[in-house]
Amino acid sequence: MQRELINRARELLADGTVDRVLGWQAGQFAYDITPAVFTDAGELEAHFVYNEFCADNLSKYLIKESEKEGKVLAFLKPCDTYSFNQLVTEHRIRREHVYVIGVESYGKADVEKLRARGISGITGVETVSGMLKVHTMYGDESVPLNEVMLDRCLTCKSKKHVVYDELIGEDGDVVADSGRFDMVEKLERMTAKERFSFWQGELSRCIRCNACRNVCPACTCENCVFDNPGSGLQNRAARDNFEEKLFHIIRAYHVAGRCTDCGECSRVCPEHIPLHLLNRKFIKDFNELYGPFQAGEVSGQMSPMCAYTETADPEASVVRKGGAE
Amino acid sequence: MLYRISCTEMDALFAALSETKTVYLPADREDGQASFVKWTEGTALSNRLNTVRSAKDFFFPQIQPLARFRREGQKIEITDLREESEDFVIFGARACDVRSFEILDRVFLADPVDTSYQTRREHAAIVTMACARPEETCFCTAFDIDPAKPADGDVRAYIADGYCYLEPLTEKGETLLAGAGECLEESDGAAVEAEAGRIRAILEKLPLASLKPADNREKELDVFNSPKWEEMASHCLGCGACTFVCPTCQCFDINDFDSGHGIERYRCWDSCMYHDFTLMASGTPRLTQKERFRQRFMHKLVYYPIRYDGVFSCVGCGRCLRKCPINMNIVKVMKELTGVRPAGAGEEA
Repeated sequence: MQRELINRARELLADGTVDRVLGWQAGQFAYDITPAVFTDAGELEAHFVYNEFCADNLSKYLIKESEKEGKVLAFLKPCDTYSFNQLVTEHRIRREHVYVIGVESYGKADVEKLRARGISGITGVETVSGMLKVHTMYGDESVPLNEVMLDRCLTCKSKKHVVYDELIGEDGDVVADSGRFDMVEKLERMTAKERFSFWQGELSRCIRCNACRNVCPACTCENCVFDNPGSGLQNRAARDNFEEKLFHIIRAYHVAGRCTDCGECSRVCPEHIPLHLLNRKFIKDFNELYGPFQAGEVSGQMSPMCAYTETADPEASVVRKGGAE
Repeated sequence: MLYRISCTEMDALFAALSETKTVYLPADREDGQASFVKWTEGTALSNRLNTVRSAKDFFFPQIQPLARFRREGQKIEITDLREESEDFVIFGARACDVRSFEILDRVFLADPVDTSYQTRREHAAIVTMACARPEETCFCTAFDIDPAKPADGDVRAYIADGYCYLEPLTEKGETLLAGAGECLEESDGAAVEAEAGRIRAILEKLPLASLKPADNREKELDVFNSPKWEEMASHCLGCGACTFVCPTCQCFDINDFDSGHGIERYRCWDSCMYHDFTLMASGTPRLTQKERFRQRFMHKLVYYPIRYDGVFSCVGCGRCLRKCPINMNIVKVMKELTGVRPAGAGEEA
């Protein structure tokens, strides 16, 4: 796969279709991949990588990249294409400045899950027919990839690329039975007290590093209210328990209807807080209140939050009450 | 003097220490990571290499109330919210984290002394645990830290052969262990020497074993003006994950919070990676992420050494290697600045 990607990128650079390539760059230990822009064949050959740890959603980088002159080639996994469409819809990406190649992805591995299993001193990783062969300083370990995938991949909503100029590899389908709302349903069944205690436990670990916000393709404000001294909400750190929740809940509200459920927030959280559950709750509510809706599925589509109709819109606060008694 | 206690009896040791002091230790969490927690009966010492957050939190907490202001009519009432610390024990910090205290001391204990930091430092007793299982992200040896035989802290500790070995390094450490009472027995040094030897053999095989920071004190402007910063910073998200898990990052901000019933002034960690870091009336001196990114690494690898006699402001704990969302980190910067770029996966797969 990696070879095909490099070859195609070289061709498109050579024939002038694009003048740079947005992809993934190899790190020091097989898993520490960094997004990068490549401008020539030499760089691609030396540093470009596509493997089971290339999890970064490159769509957000295209906001800046597509502002530039020329055309950039971007490799997008199925989930990344939803973010791409959404950002095009929001006029944040200049579509005509991007050449999209959809790349197949059967799920990315989570190095934190390898570590949680006690696998440490990782020096290299190979994938052989669904198994991760992990080389470590303390011996080799074999782990089925599907046991150490990122949570978001375990509940993958779609293996279909919703936008591309060309595809490398197979296009998949929307996954009907992803089970991605199972945990949300479990939370809904809790009493208010249980649910409060669940979120208290999770969010109390927050260190307000803003990694979730800064990686989020839906968070594209030039100056976030939480950074803006003029907003009255500026804060560098949660001063008390309430503020910890305030930040994450406000963020979830702000991206509601725009969040494609790409799962980057939870992937990058240093404290392993399942932030995506807040967003999934909104997505599930949207589906139930306004009919099935997937942000980013179609370029230019209106979010239910922006498509108010006086007759058809239910008033969420009066139609139902959440949670177990 | 060397003491030991069976690993199955650790609770008795913590209970004895807790009679006079609060004991904090790294404990396993459900998500497979570890955090420092206050010991209560049954809290087990984690075997994880390091905690998510560093041990600097004990002396330099993320958030710290300073004062409260309340206005009544023409009068303003000011309450000092700083508190005197009580005696406490940090049990099982790693050598990297414990070295970071020295780096913070040079800043916070220099004139004018940071009294909040000082009271916490004075009341802490530190037990430094040797690293039985160093990992690929470790590079503390680059900064002359010895995780096989930790030199810093009040007590040095090892876990080997089912025992926890404890060796006091300071008077405070001797007093601490004397307070542990009956549960410790004296031991000879054979097991500890063997363990240190075993660890040293692992250290030699670490992937980052040969990493050495360059002394760039004479080349401050050359490094500052290096064209490589542009590329290195180009995909930085501008979050503060590296800064907040870093044991040596020491920048803070002071904010006022309007509670509706008065103003609370507090200080909290700041990050040079943030776009409003050192924002002032005239704007920010670091206009793009390149300048912010450069600031972080210049501080650790050039400015701090210039200010403090060649000492680097990094202890090689590897937290930033694990936690950066895009896997950019100080090791990649050190290698890039010296012209070594990580090899690509070029021809694989």
